[in-house]
Amino acid sequence: MTTKCSGAVAKKGFKELSTYISTLNIGDDAQKNRAYLIQVLHKAQEIFGYLPEEVQKVVAKKLNIHLAEVYGVVSFYSFFNLEPKGKYRISVCTGTACYVKGAMGILDVLTEELGIKDGETSADGKWSLDSLRCIGACGLAPVMLINDKTYGNVTPDQTREILAKVEQELGEENV
Amino acid sequence: MIEQYRIVLRNCGVIDPDSLDDYIKQYGYQALGKTLAEMTPADVVAEIEGAGLRGRGGGGFPTGFKWKIAAQQKSDTKFVVCNADEGDPGAFMDRSVIEGDPHSIIEAMAIAGYAIGASMGYVYVRAEYPLAIERLNRAIDKAKEKGLLGDNILGSDFSFDLEIKFGAGAFVCGEETSLIHSIEGYRGEPTTKPPFPAVEGLFGKPTIVNNVETFANVPAIILKGKDWFRSIGTESSPGTKVFALAGKINNTGLIEVPMGTTINQIIFEIGGGIPNGKKAKAIQTGGPSGGCIPVKYFDTAIDYESLKALESMMGSGGMIVLDEDTCIVDTAKFYLDFTVDESCGKCTPCRIGNKRLLELLEKVTNGTADENTLNDIQSLSQVIKDTSLCGLGQTSPNPVLSTLKFFPEEYKEHIVDKKCSAFVCKELYQYVINDSCVGCTLCSKKCPVSCIEGEVKGVHIIVQDDCIKCGKCYEVCKFNSVDLVPGGLSNV
Repeated sequence: MTTKCSGAVAKKGFKELSTYISTLNIGDDAQKNRAYLIQVLHKAQEIFGYLPEEVQKVVAKKLNIHLAEVYGVVSFYSFFNLEPKGKYRISVCTGTACYVKGAMGILDVLTEELGIKDGETSADGKWSLDSLRCIGACGLAPVMLINDKTYGNVTPDQTREILAKVEQELGEENV
Repeated sequence: MIEQYRIVLRNCGVIDPDSLDDYIKQYGYQALGKTLAEMTPADVVAEIEGAGLRGRGGGGFPTGFKWKIAAQQKSDTKFVVCNADEGDPGAFMDRSVIEGDPHSIIEAMAIAGYAIGASMGYVYVRAEYPLAIERLNRAIDKAKEKGLLGDNILGSDFSFDLEIKFGAGAFVCGEETSLIHSIEGYRGEPTTKPPFPAVEGLFGKPTIVNNVETFANVPAIILKGKDWFRSIGTESSPGTKVFALAGKINNTGLIEVPMGTTINQIIFEIGGGIPNGKKAKAIQTGGPSGGCIPVKYFDTAIDYESLKALESMMGSGGMIVLDEDTCIVDTAKFYLDFTVDESCGKCTPCRIGNKRLLELLEKVTNGTADENTLNDIQSLSQVIKDTSLCGLGQTSPNPVLSTLKFFPEEYKEHIVDKKCSAFVCKELYQYVINDSCVGCTLCSKKCPVSCIEGEVKGVHIIVQDDCIKCGKCYEVCKFNSVDLVPGGLSNV
């Protein structure tokens, strides 16, 4: 879920993050504090959906690490997002097995249908599209993920069907 | 018919991974018990060293030797680290072992801790494996409850604790120095070796880093002995290896076979051959650090040395089968694209060299390469291998060099004839409509870029300049009127 980093929702998020950090045994040992950084960032992204500057500032302050160091880590790892993702996060596995079995064709179909490229989020915040490297489901290749749900052995036509189904669900939610 | 032989995967799919009792029924934690009751730390190291167990993460470094170096260090604190950052695209044995048999890793790490004198261990799992993290967490909790982890394990004076650390999507973190920096909360960039982690590793303390599959072998070796382990596999590479069979093969999935099994046995006996009556072209092993082994070497008995001799490597055990529809240049480009994406950027040869190498390969696949391109590819590859800082850069040109060695004619075909026989490289082929077209207009309706022109009941034409080569017309035509033909550059 993506959350805006202002207002009541954000306040609740920051509170949740602070509570989590307080369970971590942060002390005077800078080396030990630092070792918690990546797991705190994981938690923060789980809460806010991405890691904007405000969130990084809070993490830096709580762990007593310079903001530049926090940003250095966030920008290094591909799992961390600096921009919000769509309500439906579509990821196409482009690991070797999926690639050999036509993952790029699936990616092409998604780009065509959603009008966004790999790594982009649609303007209405509904969709985001990413390619990722091997989720270890090579026996089901090619594999596509929508949020945390895995779709295996997908064909271009099935991809269109799956999208239509999700679109329908989205419509029903809005009624 | 070759039989599979399960050591690493012995419990996967057999026991309930969430049940400690199930694991114990399969002789679980007996090896740890035996270690603590009957063996000195030196005995454990000697047993593992004597068994000839080698690192299953890909490098093949002798595990016992690594443990011995760490055991010899005088330090108040030492660490055991399990590398479960299975980043190699196409390999998923580590995920399966952790998801299917998490206690075997916990047990093995405790044994390793006892052997080298460590009381703390970390499992570094990639964030892409949430189920593995969940199950391992539960297993650790249960082991702690039963006194199999924590203080004074099984009534001995040995104490060992375990924590999970998450990766965050960086392939380079499979390299041990990068992995250590990542656990410490830093960017996962490698540092030069020596000092080796066994001497100066996590938080500057002696640390052993072993792969999941390596650890999964440990309890079995302790229980059944080094001679039993040596009786399986080959002289230089005892034991078994798990391979992840994927790609163009009938039976995909994990297999475990004794070292020394031939590629033919794996592909045709266990894997059931190639689907749709196609011919095998090559297998790719070793992921982005490995190479492509052509069919003519499929009678090779697999071990660390034989794969190296074929310009590939064991790697973590991904085995991707390529059939005749695969373009070998495109495959090399795929791996290089991966490396360029995953290079951490610390050293210049890897960061810039691989980018330039990828551009040279793109010239080959888009038809703009000339007679000098292959030489440039060769020499640049060599420089990258010789001068990169860590294993990622030092091995990144391997997929290019191995394909260049075994499939030179395919590179030449792309460069000289401007042709891709597999019809994969888009700039080197085109779709054309032949005279049998009845003008049903189906293709022009389906074309996503509306580049097919023609009257109803008249022969249609594809406007090549606008065609994106999606193949939709080829797919939908009911009269076989769309042909796939080499060439196409002339129209670009």
